Amino acid sequence: MPRIKKDRMLLRLHDVSKAFATSEGPLQVLKNVNLSLEPGKSIALTGESGSGKSTLLHLVAGLDTPDSGSIVLNGQNIAALDDAGLAALRRGTVGLVFQQFNLIPSLDVAANLAFQARLAGRFDPAWTAGLAERLGLKPFLARYPEQLSGGQQQRVAIGRTLAVRPRLILADEPTGNLDEATGDAVLDLMLSLQAETGASLLMVTHSTRLAARLDGRVHLRNGRLA
Amino acid sequence: MMWRSGLAALLSHWRRKPLQLAMLLLGLSLATGLWSAVQAINGEARASYARAAAVLGQDRLASLARADGARFDQQLFVTLRRNGWLVSPVVEGEKRYGEQRVKIIGIDPLTLPPVARQIDVMAAEGGLGAFIAPPGLFFVSAETARRLAGHAAPPLRIVDSLPAGTALTDIGIAQDILGVGPRLSRLLLPPDQLIDRAALSILAPELEVRTPAAESDLSRLTDSFHLNLTAFGFLAFAVGLFIVHAAIGLAFEQRRPVFRTLRALGLPARALTLLLVAELSVFALIAGFAGVVLGYWIASLLLPDVAASLRGLYGAEVPGSLSIRPAVWLAGVAISVAGTFLSAGRGLWQVSRMTLLAPAQPRAWARASERHMRLQAIAGAALLAGALLLAHFGTGLAAGFALLAAMLLGAALLLPLLLSWLIAGGARVSSSALGEWFWADTRQQLPGLSLALMALLLALATNIGVGTMVSSFRLTFVGWLDQRLTSELYVTARTEEEAAALRNWLSPRSDAVLPIWSTEGQIANQQVQIFGILDHATYREKWPLLTADPQVWDFVAQGKALMVNEQLARRLSLRLGADVTLPGGHRLPVAGIFSDYGNPKGQVILGNDTLVRFYPDIGRLRYAVRIDPEKAGKLREDLLTAFGLPAQNVVDQASIKSFSLKIFERTFAVTAALNVLTLAVAGLAILSSLLTLAGMRLPQLAPVWAMGLTRRHLAALELARSVSLAALTLLLAIPAGLGLAWVLLAVINVEAFGWRLPLYVFPADWALLGALSLAAAGAAALLPALRLLNLRPAVLLKVFAHER
Repeated sequence: MPRIKKDRMLLRLHDVSKAFATSEGPLQVLKNVNLSLEPGKSIALTGESGSGKSTLLHLVAGLDTPDSGSIVLNGQNIAALDDAGLAALRRGTVGLVFQQFNLIPSLDVAANLAFQARLAGRFDPAWTAGLAERLGLKPFLARYPEQLSGGQQQRVAIGRTLAVRPRLILADEPTGNLDEATGDAVLDLMLSLQAETGASLLMVTHSTRLAARLDGRVHLRNGRLA
Repeated sequence: MMWRSGLAALLSHWRRKPLQLAMLLLGLSLATGLWSAVQAINGEARASYARAAAVLGQDRLASLARADGARFDQQLFVTLRRNGWLVSPVVEGEKRYGEQRVKIIGIDPLTLPPVARQIDVMAAEGGLGAFIAPPGLFFVSAETARRLAGHAAPPLRIVDSLPAGTALTDIGIAQDILGVGPRLSRLLLPPDQLIDRAALSILAPELEVRTPAAESDLSRLTDSFHLNLTAFGFLAFAVGLFIVHAAIGLAFEQRRPVFRTLRALGLPARALTLLLVAELSVFALIAGFAGVVLGYWIASLLLPDVAASLRGLYGAEVPGSLSIRPAVWLAGVAISVAGTFLSAGRGLWQVSRMTLLAPAQPRAWARASERHMRLQAIAGAALLAGALLLAHFGTGLAAGFALLAAMLLGAALLLPLLLSWLIAGGARVSSSALGEWFWADTRQQLPGLSLALMALLLALATNIGVGTMVSSFRLTFVGWLDQRLTSELYVTARTEEEAAALRNWLSPRSDAVLPIWSTEGQIANQQVQIFGILDHATYREKWPLLTADPQVWDFVAQGKALMVNEQLARRLSLRLGADVTLPGGHRLPVAGIFSDYGNPKGQVILGNDTLVRFYPDIGRLRYAVRIDPEKAGKLREDLLTAFGLPAQNVVDQASIKSFSLKIFERTFAVTAALNVLTLAVAGLAILSSLLTLAGMRLPQLAPVWAMGLTRRHLAALELARSVSLAALTLLLAIPAGLGLAWVLLAVINVEAFGWRLPLYVFPADWALLGALSLAAAGAAALLPALRLLNLRPAVLLKVFAHER
C-alpha cells in the first residue's frame, strides 16, 4: 500500500482532473483541482449543476478514479489503490451520506444502522445504540426504510455512516430531499456528531445558507475551483 | 399521428434492448414449439388411427362375427350368400416378418362392397389374376413396403390410404399365409340387403351383428398415451410462458417512465393499452410461426420413437414421417397469441389503470408480494388437499391427470412461501452483516424470481417423478424379464410337420422342450391371448405371480383353473376364484394373477393339455428349449444347420432380453427428450428472470458497493444467490417429484396400461439432477454476474447521479 510522507492534512487533492466520454467526445468535468482538508474540519463544496461537485466527491470516496493528479487521504494515495483497496477505504475510512439516503430496503433500521460498521469490522453496539438514541431512531429500530419519513431515513443514513466512526464524512446534498426545518435539524445533528467524533466533513450543497455553517467553503465552476 | 408517434416511442425500447426482444421471442417460440410438436405428433397418430379404422369401411360397415371373436368355418359364408345375405368374407391375423409384425387382411375382391373398396385390384399390375393366384399380391402403404423390404412376402403394391403395418391381400392367400385353413374372421355386411332373406339365427346362430364403432379401438386404447403427451406439451408450454412473462414484465417495468411521459403528453390510457396490444400481437404472430416451424422440427425428431412406443405398447401403427396439417399451424399461432396475452395480462391491466405518480419502492413491492404470496400459498394448499381427496376417491384416467395437475400446481404455488421461510431461517442463523444482507436481499428478490423458480420446480419435479417412474419400471421390467424369459432358446417352426420333427430332434439334445402354443379370442368383449403352459419347474419356480392360490400350478396343470395377467384382471375386475368364460363357452376359475408388463392385451394361461382340448386347431409352431446355458449357442447352430431355419426363428434368451430392453428404452426416449427440453426451458426462464432483475437491481447494489464491497464480491454473491435458490427449489422438488412418481406408478399406469409398479427411489439420480440444475442455475446467473463484475463505476454512480 503506497504511503505518503506525514501530512497534517487528512485530505489533499493535487491537480486532479477527470473527463467522461460522451457521444460528442470527452467531457472535461474536473480540471487540475487542488484542495486540502484538515482533520476535524468541515468544508462545503458549492457550485452550479454540472460543475463537477458530485464527481469530486465520488473521486474522494474511492467510487471512481481520477484521470490524473493525486488524492491523498489519511496518508494514502487513493488514485493508486486497486478495486479491493478502494473498497476497504470506503468501508472504513470514509462515510457517505447521499441525497436519496440509499438505505438498504431489505434490512430494518437497526440492521441498516449497524451494516457498514459490521462490514468494516468496527461494530460497537453501545456506540450504535447511543447514536440511535441521539438521532431519535430508537422507536423505529424494527421498521423498514419505506416505513419512515424522508427526515427519519436521512437520520438513519447519518447514523449508519457515523457508526463506523470514519475519518472523513462525505455528504452529497444530505438535506436536498428534505424541507428546510427538517433539513436544518438533520444538519445540526450531523455537525454535532461530526464534531464529537473528530471526523472531517466534505459536503456538497447548493445552499449558501447551509454552506455558511461549515468551517470553510470552496466553489467549483466549470470543473475548476473558483 | 398520435398513434404513430406513440408506437414509435414504444418500439424504440426494443431497438435499444435487442437481447430482451430475443428472449421474449425465444421464450414464446419455445413454448409454442414444444406445444406444437406434441400436437403435430398427436395429429399424425390420430390420422393414422382414422386410416386404420377406415380400412374396409369398418368405420361405416356393420359385420357378422362370433361373439367370442374366434374364427368360424368358411362354409357359413357360402350358406349365407346362398340364402340372400350380401356378405363379403374377411380373414385377419398377424404375421411376423423378421422383427416386423404385419396385420394381414384377406378379402374377396368379387363380393367386396363398394364402400370397402380401398384398392383397385383390376387396375393393379397383373389384375385380378395376379391378386388371387399364388403368390398373390400385398397392397401396403409405402411405410409397410419399406419394412417388408428383403422379406419373403408376396409382390407389393403401394396404396397410400392404407395404415402402416397392414397388408391387404386375397382371402385365399391370407388363409395360407396365416395358416388358418378355410376359416374366416368376419363377414362385411353392407346396409343394402335383400328384404326376404332368411333369418341369421337360423342360418348362422353362432354369428352376431356388430355395428360400426364410432371411435376406433386404437383411438380409445391410445387416448391415455396422447393425453400423457399433451400433458407434457402443456407443461413445457407453461414453463416457456414463464420466460415470456419475465421478458414482458421487464419491458413493462423499464418502459414505465415512457408510459408516464406518453400519458403526460396526452396519449389516453386506452390508446396506450391498444398500442401495447398491437405490439404484442405482432410479436406473438412472429413467434407463433417460428414456434410451429420449431415444433415440426422437434416432432420429426421425436416421431420415430413415438411410433415405436405406440407399436410396443398398443400395437398401433403410426408412420415415422410427418405431414403438414393446417390445424397444427392455426392452433400453434393461436396458442402463441393466447400465451402472450396470458403473460402480459397483468402488465396491460396495470398500464390501463396506471396513475402518473407513485413510483414503486422495492421493499413496498416486496411487502405487497408477500400478501400475494400468502394468498397463493393458500390456493396451493387447497389444491394439495384436493389432490389428496382425488387420490382417495378419484377413479379413471381423467381423475388421475386431475390429481397430477392439482399436485404439481399446488406444489408450485406453495413454493414461494416455503422458500421465503427457508430464507428467513438462513437469515436467523447467519451471524455476519453480509450474510444478513444476503438473505434479506434474497428474500426481496423472491417475488421477481418466484415465477422462474416455480418453472424450475415443475421441471425438476417432473424430472424426478418421471425419472423415478422410468427407473422403477426398468428395474421391475428387468427383474420380470429374468423371471419370464428363463428358457435358453426360443424356436419357431415354419410348418406343423417341421414342428413335430423339431420336437423329436430336440428332445434327446435338451433338458426340456416347452410348447408356447396360443390362440386369440374375446372375453367380455376384450381381445385376449390364450396360452398353454406345461407343468414344469421352469414355470413353477420363476413365473412372475403377483397373487395366486397356493396350489395354482396343480390346478392349472389339471385343467381345474387358469391364470390371467394383471391388466386383464384389472379390466374385468377379476380376483382369485372368479370364473372366466373363455371363447367356446369354457368356464374356469382364476387361480393366479401374473405381471405382464409392456403387453397391451389381456392374457390367459391354461394348462397345455387344456388348451389343446379346448382349441384343437391352434398352431403348434413355437417352443422354449431348456438346456445348459453354455451349450445353448452350439445347439442353436446345430438346429439352424439341421433344419435350415432362418436365423430369426431360433432366438436365444439374451437376444430377446436385449431386444425387449431396446424397445423399453425407445418407449421412454420421448419422455426423456421432453424432460430434458422442459428442464432446458426452465433454465432459460431463470436466465430471463435474472436478466430482468439485473436491470432493476443496480439501485439496490450500488449503495452496498459504495459502502465497501467490491464488484467481484457482489458478483460472487449474486451467483451464490441463484445457486442457493435453485438448491432450495431442488430440495422442495424432491417430495413433489416423488409424489408425482407415485401418481404415475399407482394411478396413471394402472388406469392407462392396467399394471401397477412398485416405487423405487434413486438418490444418485437426484444428485445428478441436482448437480445439473445447480450448474444450469449457475450458468444462467453467470451472465448477469459477469456483467456486474465488469460494470464501470460510472454506471453504478449513475444510481446516485439520478437522484437529482
